[in-house]
Amino acid sequence: MLTSVELLPEKSKDDLIGLLKEMWTIRYFDEKVDEFFAKGMIHGTTHLCVGQEPTATGPCAVIQEDDKITSTHRGHGHCIAKGADINRMMAELFGRSTGYCKGKGGSMHIADVEKGNLGANGIVGGGIPLAAGAALTAKMKNKDDVILSYFGDGAANEGSFHESLNLASIWDLPVVFICENNQYGMSGSVKEMVNIEDIAERASSYGIPGVIVDGNNLIEVMNETHKAVEHAREGKGPVLIEAKTYRWKGHSKSDARKYRTREEEQFWKEKDGIKRYRDLLIQEGLLTEEEAEKLRKEAKQDVEDAVTYAEKSPEPGLDTLLEDVYA
Amino acid sequence: MRELTYVEALRECMSQEMRENENVFILGEDIGVYGGAFGVTRGMIEEFGPERVRNTPISEAGITGSAIGSALTGMQPIVELQFSDFITIAMDQLANQAAKLRYMYGGKGNVPMVLRTPAGSGTGAAAQHSQSLEAWVAHIPGLKVVQPSTAYDAKGLLKAAIDDPNPVIFYEHKLLYKTSSEDVPEKMYSLPLGQADIKREGTEVTIVATSVMVHRALEAAEVLAEEGISVEVIDPRSIVPLDEETIVQSVIKTNRVIIAHEAVKRGGYGGEIASMITESEAFDFLDAPVKRLGASPVPVPYNPELEKAMTPQTEDLVQACRESLQRA
Repeated sequence: MLTSVELLPEKSKDDLIGLLKEMWTIRYFDEKVDEFFAKGMIHGTTHLCVGQEPTATGPCAVIQEDDKITSTHRGHGHCIAKGADINRMMAELFGRSTGYCKGKGGSMHIADVEKGNLGANGIVGGGIPLAAGAALTAKMKNKDDVILSYFGDGAANEGSFHESLNLASIWDLPVVFICENNQYGMSGSVKEMVNIEDIAERASSYGIPGVIVDGNNLIEVMNETHKAVEHAREGKGPVLIEAKTYRWKGHSKSDARKYRTREEEQFWKEKDGIKRYRDLLIQEGLLTEEEAEKLRKEAKQDVEDAVTYAEKSPEPGLDTLLEDVYA
Repeated sequence: MRELTYVEALRECMSQEMRENENVFILGEDIGVYGGAFGVTRGMIEEFGPERVRNTPISEAGITGSAIGSALTGMQPIVELQFSDFITIAMDQLANQAAKLRYMYGGKGNVPMVLRTPAGSGTGAAAQHSQSLEAWVAHIPGLKVVQPSTAYDAKGLLKAAIDDPNPVIFYEHKLLYKTSSEDVPEKMYSLPLGQADIKREGTEVTIVATSVMVHRALEAAEVLAEEGISVEVIDPRSIVPLDEETIVQSVIKTNRVIIAHEAVKRGGYGGEIASMITESEAFDFLDAPVKRLGASPVPVPYNPELEKAMTPQTEDLVQACRESLQRA
């Protein structure tokens, strides 16, 4: 238990430590993917969420098993936070038949519909209406599921964002919209592309609460998401959360990051949400330096094991090309 | 048997299905007390209430996307898109989401939704409310495309579309809404997608026609019958999946084929059907070139005479058959 910090909902010591390991897993997973792309070992493209781990882990840490998420092109963290098996994720990136999408989806389309991950999405803002629809199902079937819809600052300028927030609002749908404002839509700075200070302000246009959180502070992300999730679950309608964060890496694999300075990157790296949370757990006496180090190494090893799994997995047979085609 | 209009048949199908299947609901613009732009949902909100006959804001992408999300999680939504031209605004959700989720997710996740929408010209609604864009959606793997031409077909095909575990684009036609069939059973029935209907049997020339063009083809067949020419009229009813076999067998029998649709000829689905025929065993039986009739490549004009001139009319079909027959 944390003693000096209020955390909603309460989590056991093991849960709290598990969240640290999860964030490390997310980081090492994406750093490994970055390395493989640089070496040409994975083809296609990918979008990494290094630096944004708390905004993936925090919201998923405060929802229930039956709750669902929609994710984005930068979705590896969301997937892991929703409980995906990183072996099958890595296998998908390798295009193998054991991957979540049998090697047919790749980085931008990992989904696990049965477990409530309604999918990453290659279209900016494409998943937001799907989240509203999943929430509509929950409402019409009188289930108390809540849907988390992850998207970025770029998606907040898509029509689908506005249409979905409005629909969710007028129908009181149980959906929490989580805008991970990582400051850039590819090269487009949010300062250039949006003429208001906070995207959360847009909530007022739809008559719903808008909340701003420090996306590098896991506890704050969890607390605010928890309140929003309960609000939605009680039938009070959607909430828009804007989590201010930063992607440390470029937009995708080939990005020289000319549109921003190395100083700016350093400024944000010093806010590292994993380090802050790790230090907090140590400060609270839940973890020793040695235990933290052991945990970090375990996460790193898990990713290595995922690579081994992926490498050993078979390629999909060419006879699977037309599988799952109905029209 | 009962006589029912196309609109009544659609409404009856949805109502009967909604009485039996609580997963089915309708959403769309002005479908509540207004009854839908063409009156298809008239009276339904009174029976089923605003939860299941869900009036929406004017947000085509949001409506379509939320239908997809609800389908992915266990509902069977029917979207009513007010005019099929507005499919352009919903296109990301249809083309990039609904069509692809199952395959892209490795076979997981079904999207059992129907998107009903009226297409076609002839009402003076001009360029942005009169198009026939079925070839757009037929081009995308993952969307089924249905075009009923009669009230009887409308009810049975809509039932099949609702039961289908995949997204179905269901093109209604504005000029057909008030037309009737004399043989619409009250009891629910399903007409399988991908099964063409031979609307008139004949021996000398085949017309493959879709939607409103089926009626013009039947009129043309009447005119030609008086001249002693026997025309077979085939209505594919769904273009995805397409009943290739029925078309091919008809061409083998008649040795001549005209393909007619209201959509612009350039890039229209008639090209696909024509290619399918020439790639099939029917090629060797052709006694004349395959002929396509479709609209001129212009935005649909407002003036009624210009509007009519844009799309194939009965006399164009008659002429096309005659030309085909004059070829040795």
